[in-house]
Amino acid sequence: MSGPAAVASHRALGLTDSEYDLIVDKMGREPNRVELAVFSLMWSEHCAYKHSKKLLRRLPTEGRHLLMGPGENAGAVSVGNGLAIAFKVESHNHPSAVEPFQGAATGVGGILRDVFAVGARPIAILDSLRFGELTSARSRYLLDGAVSGIGHYGNSIGVPTVGGEVYFEAPYEQNCLVNAMCLGIAPEERLIRSAAAGVGNLLVLMGARTGRDGIGGASVLASAELNSDDASKRPSVQIGDPFEEKKLLECCLELLERGTLRSLQDLGAAGLSSSSAEMASKGEVGLDIDVSKVPLREDDMEPFEIMVSESQERMLCVIEPQKLAQLQGVCERWEVRATAIGEVTGSRRLRVLAGGEAVGDMPVEALVDDCPLYDLAPARPEGQVYPAPQRTLDSHEPADILPALLASHNLSSRRPLFEQYDCLVGSRTVRRPGHADAAVLDLRPDGAQGAIAASIDGNGRRVACDPYTGTVEAVLECAANLACVGAQPLGLTNCLNFGNPERPHVAWQLERSVAGMADALTELGVPVVGGNVSLYNQSGDGPIYPTPVVGMVGAVPDPERAAGAGFSTEGHTVALVCSPAGTVSLSGSQLAKLHGEELPDRLPEIDVTGTRHVIEAVRDAVRDGELASAHDVAEGGLAVALAECCIEGGIGATISLPSYELEALFGEGAGRFLVSGPAEALESLAELATPIGAVGGEVLQIDRRWMWTLDELREAFGALALAFP
Amino acid sequence: MKFGVVRFPGSCDEVDALMACRRFADAEILWHGDRDLAGVDAVVIPGGFSYGDYLRVGAIARFSPVMEAVKAHVLAGGPVLGICNGFQVLCEAGLLPGALLPNAGLRFLCRQVDVEVVNSDTPFTRACAAGDTLSIPVKHTTGRYYAPEETLREMDAHGQIILRYATGCNPNGSLADVAGVVNRDGNVMGLMPHPEHAVDPLTGSADGSCIFQSLMDHVEEGPARLAEARA
Repeated sequence: MSGPAAVASHRALGLTDSEYDLIVDKMGREPNRVELAVFSLMWSEHCAYKHSKKLLRRLPTEGRHLLMGPGENAGAVSVGNGLAIAFKVESHNHPSAVEPFQGAATGVGGILRDVFAVGARPIAILDSLRFGELTSARSRYLLDGAVSGIGHYGNSIGVPTVGGEVYFEAPYEQNCLVNAMCLGIAPEERLIRSAAAGVGNLLVLMGARTGRDGIGGASVLASAELNSDDASKRPSVQIGDPFEEKKLLECCLELLERGTLRSLQDLGAAGLSSSSAEMASKGEVGLDIDVSKVPLREDDMEPFEIMVSESQERMLCVIEPQKLAQLQGVCERWEVRATAIGEVTGSRRLRVLAGGEAVGDMPVEALVDDCPLYDLAPARPEGQVYPAPQRTLDSHEPADILPALLASHNLSSRRPLFEQYDCLVGSRTVRRPGHADAAVLDLRPDGAQGAIAASIDGNGRRVACDPYTGTVEAVLECAANLACVGAQPLGLTNCLNFGNPERPHVAWQLERSVAGMADALTELGVPVVGGNVSLYNQSGDGPIYPTPVVGMVGAVPDPERAAGAGFSTEGHTVALVCSPAGTVSLSGSQLAKLHGEELPDRLPEIDVTGTRHVIEAVRDAVRDGELASAHDVAEGGLAVALAECCIEGGIGATISLPSYELEALFGEGAGRFLVSGPAEALESLAELATPIGAVGGEVLQIDRRWMWTLDELREAFGALALAFP
Repeated sequence: MKFGVVRFPGSCDEVDALMACRRFADAEILWHGDRDLAGVDAVVIPGGFSYGDYLRVGAIARFSPVMEAVKAHVLAGGPVLGICNGFQVLCEAGLLPGALLPNAGLRFLCRQVDVEVVNSDTPFTRACAAGDTLSIPVKHTTGRYYAPEETLREMDAHGQIILRYATGCNPNGSLADVAGVVNRDGNVMGLMPHPEHAVDPLTGSADGSCIFQSLMDHVEEGPARLAEARA
């Protein structure tokens, strides 16, 4: 079998001995250097999903609005009027942990390419971020870098960042999470797939030159744990150029409009190797690629380097040979480089040529389909595996607790982040970040009626308490956020951020989390349109909190009626809307965190069907235009939600509750909303709504015992500004 | 009446500006490589970015062929509106006094701000009244207006400072709260706030409409009528 040199080489590239033996078997010989490099990436966790593929089959992927499901560059749903929304969320965790600015920037660049690769114009970005506690200098550095990087790319390319979420927890200290979601819009008939087709057609590489940046990113960074020598991995992080991508974007959309392209694919992880193999596999064809034709940034690059480079801002397309001149004309106008680098063959093999010489020849099927899939060996750990958080609050008095919760970094205003992003470009943004529970985007600029809404959610802390229930909660919260603006979910994209799946307790988290997601989505009738799995998120300190992130897109018939989160009008009634069977608990809550309590090892069970009814009732009331405001009661519980409604609306409220236990004020649970409006308008919510007070004045007053001025609430809520001096 | 909105490589607010203009009159995109303005009456240099702005903002765009035509249009007395990056380009091109420096906070900032109309006696503000407060968003990294003291004094004396950030709203440290200026002849305006993002209450505010309305009135009715009204 393999000699000592080859052993060292395949192990260094992240392949196991048995995987290497299987490659030799499929090839019928030892792979050469180029082939080994290509295989190592195609068979990496990042490209092959070898530890998650079997699990992901449990997720529902059928729905009546679905146009394009998992497997394409992005999924797509129909929003009526002949329009499609393509969307997807993807992680760029490890690159961001190594170099936060470029890691986050290229994460945005990558997800934008995924969306325009299916023919859709990107119209919105949302992001989901996790860092360690901001008491650590490293976390402040990562936060600042990642936020700047997201803004740099999104602002420069002219796609608004309309929403997102961020949490700070110690298990993310070494391994931060940067997940970016993009939505794009296209006429349904303009959507394009990536399958290469037509023997004799040309393979054309468009966009930036290929350099040595990002070599081995998929295997070295994305599919292994982080170590202390990560600074030495900086050359594996790509450098983003939003200007180049803006030209590429406009160029590709014009080519699609003219009908020049047969198929289109972006170059992401594993560069040319992955994009070409995927195109060939989907089209059931072969491809010949001549690496000597690839425009290079450095002229002494080896063939294997050209095949695996992750240089940004590149796209691969297939065209009929007679359309080359048309393609070149459009590319010249947009100042985009375009080079024919190969052709479609009937061989079902990926052949790599360097001039006249063949330097690699691999069966496409072996690259894409034959990577072994592993069964997880899940085992529920005995008790909680995460250490208790640092205690930061001693008081058990509501008077002290509310300001402390508002000022805690997981709950304080996200405005200092949102203000660094252009949320307006495109002239579609009806509800800006922070103003409502979900972003609302007008479709009138696209010649359609109505609007769409989008939200991205996840709560690793809750999933760490109970992977199944925590994930159900995340899905329900996302649907609840959409309901607040009157949106019905059409589809969901997910990013599963977990630790090393070869560890039994991480495997257990992953398995339970996917089960929860599948059950919640089945109950809601929402399909998964695509997504991403990011494993091996752990360092010497252990795994991150298991963090499934979900992004939903929904339809809003009348954007004028999309409710804001803030109270608006003196004299309006405030009501708490929840399922009669709903439960709240302080277990695993933000208050428990401030008190330094250990995470529980389960959460109270959720009545999913009852919660769905509540979500639907709120959505219908918003759609009927009856509510002045609607806000999901989430982390920090009812008192925090009340404070948020007062701060956002710039008006106070007087509240009385049936109970003033800490659990009633600060307990957390799924499917609860705070709404306001004229008393008679709330009647449509019938027995689900309990009036608890009235809007008005300059203070939030609860039971006459506790009173905070708006200024006091605002000051506490503004705590995150200190992270951006 | 027809507006022309310039598109440079990497422009990203040009479609927003085009849509805003079309609420008031005809409008079309002008390509950066063309040396002719296709007979438009007023030119908008949009916000966003141009050529990536990796050098100094606006420093490359001013050399693009279309800017020669824009300069000729200015010399002929035609109106030109530069929004954000457009303001930066016009300063770089020497068509407006002063310069735009990195924000005092050194970060990109996107925020709804109040601006006050200082001078309503221009082709860009004639549909407003002096003292009006407009709620318009800003979004930029490089928007701190600077001009030497002497220049600023002269500009003030000639009514060239036409928009100021309202008290407490200066987002970037601009000298004298300057948000928008005109050239001495009054036919070139630059402003950092984005009126094209403030033409519809559904997306936040319609207060930016008055800038486009003013330009349309100026072209349709001509400057004579304005002078008459003043008299």
